[in-house]
Amino acid sequence: MDLCEKCEEMMQPYMDGVLSDAQVREAKEHLDRCSWCAKRYKFEVDLRHFVRVSVQEPMPPELKAKLAALRTPLQ
Amino acid sequence: MSESTPTAAETRRIAEEARDRVRFEEEALELSDQVYRVARRLVGTREEAEDLMQEAYARAFRSWRQYQPGTNLRAWLLRILTNLNIDRGRRQQRTPQTTSIDEAGDYFLYNKLESTAPEENPDEERVIERLSQDSVVEALSDVPHDFRDVVVLVDIGEFSYADAAQILDIPVGTVMSRLHRGRRILKKSLADRAVPI
Repeated sequence: MDLCEKCEEMMQPYMDGVLSDAQVREAKEHLDRCSWCAKRYKFEVDLRHFVRVSVQEPMPPELKAKLAALRTPLQ
Repeated sequence: MSESTPTAAETRRIAEEARDRVRFEEEALELSDQVYRVARRLVGTREEAEDLMQEAYARAFRSWRQYQPGTNLRAWLLRILTNLNIDRGRRQQRTPQTTSIDEAGDYFLYNKLESTAPEENPDEERVIERLSQDSVVEALSDVPHDFRDVVVLVDIGEFSYADAAQILDIPVGTVMSRLHRGRRILKKSLADRAVPI
């Protein structure tokens, strides 16, 4: 497996912060040197942010009131 | 003192419990926006999300004593909510054909967007602009439930693998494999919805 393939495979766990220190160093070294992977890494980071922002839908205010009404009444 | 009069210790205990319960309810309500954000993406419609939130909060307020103070309350609430969601039997969905997804690597979406760009070397800032926010909502709802639950908890709810495993009552290894596959299904679906040039 070449380094870019390995980088591709480690990309998601790298972004999730679950790689070992040694693996993180290895990934960083590769990303510093390889603009092909660096471009894709940047895209993955942007994509995750974009997905998170795109699906935000604020809670309807009346729902909050309905939830509060479910509280146990004070004796 | 008659038998029916509570002792001082008992009165104090009742008062303490009431205080703990009020605190629990307040903390749970403060988290409701964050819980809703996740709940909304676990189900298809706003109405379903609202029903599920009310059922989950009613149950949480009833079983508040089972919550261990100091542990992750948002995760605890979402565990109740996902259990209710599963109980509703909304899981009769087929397992998707994922062969082609497994073959596509993680760079699949970028490669696809880049290869269909008008210029030879597209400005990478612009590549993501080929996706619309609406298409993300649609693409996510296309991801089958088992995979979507994990993607929603980790990528939108920002839960750790361990928290997601606890919420869904599945092993961490299953969280990882579903996340892996779920993200790829999402990317595939996004690629199909990319704004044409």
